[in-house]
Amino acid sequence: MTDARLQWRKFVSNFMLTMTGLCALVSVSALFFILGYLLFNGGTSINWAFFTQLPKPVGETGGGMANAIVGSGKLLLAASAFGVPIGFLGGIYLAEFSGGFVASIVRYAADLLNGVPSIVIGIFAYSVVVLPFKHFSTLAGAFALGLMMIPITLRSTEEFLKAVPSNLREGAMALGASKSKTISTVIVPAAYRGILTAILLALARVAGETAPLLFTAFGNRFWTNGWTTPTASLPVMIFTYAVSPYDDWHRQAWAAGLVLLGLILIINILARTILSRGIAVPRS
Amino acid sequence: MSSSRPGISVNIASTTGAPTSREPSAPLPMRMTISKLNFFYGAKQILFDINMGIADKRVTALIGPSGCGKSTLLRTLNRMHETVNSSRLEGEILLDNQNILAQDVTAVRSRVGMVFQRPNPFPKSIFDNIAYGPRINGMKGALSEIVEKSLRHAALWEEVKDQLHKSAYELSGGQQQRLCIARALAVEPEVLLLDEPCSALDPISTAKIEELLVELKNLTTIAIVTHNMQQAARVSDFTAFLLTGQIIEFSPTPHLFTTPSDPRTEAYITGRFG
Repeated sequence: MTDARLQWRKFVSNFMLTMTGLCALVSVSALFFILGYLLFNGGTSINWAFFTQLPKPVGETGGGMANAIVGSGKLLLAASAFGVPIGFLGGIYLAEFSGGFVASIVRYAADLLNGVPSIVIGIFAYSVVVLPFKHFSTLAGAFALGLMMIPITLRSTEEFLKAVPSNLREGAMALGASKSKTISTVIVPAAYRGILTAILLALARVAGETAPLLFTAFGNRFWTNGWTTPTASLPVMIFTYAVSPYDDWHRQAWAAGLVLLGLILIINILARTILSRGIAVPRS
Repeated sequence: MSSSRPGISVNIASTTGAPTSREPSAPLPMRMTISKLNFFYGAKQILFDINMGIADKRVTALIGPSGCGKSTLLRTLNRMHETVNSSRLEGEILLDNQNILAQDVTAVRSRVGMVFQRPNPFPKSIFDNIAYGPRINGMKGALSEIVEKSLRHAALWEEVKDQLHKSAYELSGGQQQRLCIARALAVEPEVLLLDEPCSALDPISTAKIEELLVELKNLTTIAIVTHNMQQAARVSDFTAFLLTGQIIEFSPTPHLFTTPSDPRTEAYITGRFG
């Protein structure tokens, strides 16, 4: 090989290395810029009262969003209780039992549902839950959020189950395990870390959804008792406070953003902790 | 005594090469008997009129070139072929004189175990891998004793006794395959099927498994599919040679390898094709 050709190759190699590195840096710095901005603005506004007190009336400074934090927690809990089992069991059916035609229909429907704008999900929840019961409620909000979790859970359950090597299936069946026993004792345990991670990421995604909550959970400046009355939630509070004309409310919105981010961070760390435990199927 | 069934051409009683102390002239009892077996994937026929017996407490080898149907035949013996939707089977497979095709499939598989080409331990600890079969089959007795016994039978106990709670994937390939053998033995199968168990292993691990098979026939009945003719010659008492879905020859192993009666068998074992 000639010297010039070698030089050229080295140049191309270095150039591409620089470019890929640079793009990686840009994507990371976008994240860090947002994080830094949020930390700076939220960090200066956040205080203990934010976690413990109710919102103050307009004009009074101080107060917190304790009700919205609890509200968001309740919404996510109920949304998971509704969306995760349906998505998970549906994913098992899709991966293990359904024939080609049924599976393709369900898969397509799930992908469509995943693509439905969240505001449309909100309108749907409004018309099937809020209108018949004649008031906004935690359950209506949770229904909307749970609906959004179904397709994510379903598709990722299906994908992770299908990724389990078929020789594990055969191994279990050759020991006298029935199909359902094989699924529950070998296939799902082999895939559970992936599935759980996907569920937690789905949870993290709907945790920040505002649109489906606007006319389902609505909002509440006080504590919410039970599940059938309107409730405050962090995303809706951020929206309401950010578009208000008051400086103090803006600060509170930043603080709420930071808390929401912290919540999502905790969910992610949880997911990673779960992932690092147990025995994974090595990639062959 | 099913060796007298029509279509089973081999005279099992003439076994003199079988390395056991059994009376050579006594007819060997059959643990499994396959008769008039035809097997299809969709419209394609894979196996044609298979008739053979799997002798009790002996090693029976199935050899033949790739695609001859030997693995398919093995997989019918514990009905693993049913995992493929388009498969269809005609004929009769008897285990202890009862047709396995008429029985509950999970019960059949807990009596006829299987070890596969590639080691396939579950993503569980060594202990839980072995205990899996006894647990799902609701076997009585202390699990830790069953685990130790099975690992000893598979000649793996000494190597893993201090790390039973480690992941099965931390073992080497050969150890993983012996773990799979131990896992199959834990449910105390009457017959153990091995589908090219050494094809993914190095020569030393292969030698260990071959030694093990010869030991194991005191414990159970073995049917093994192998690509490797030397392996069949080393470990088996009977060998069936298959070609395009038919049994060409089924004889005591020394007989088949030294004085094959069919020219096609001779051509195959002398390496002229396959």
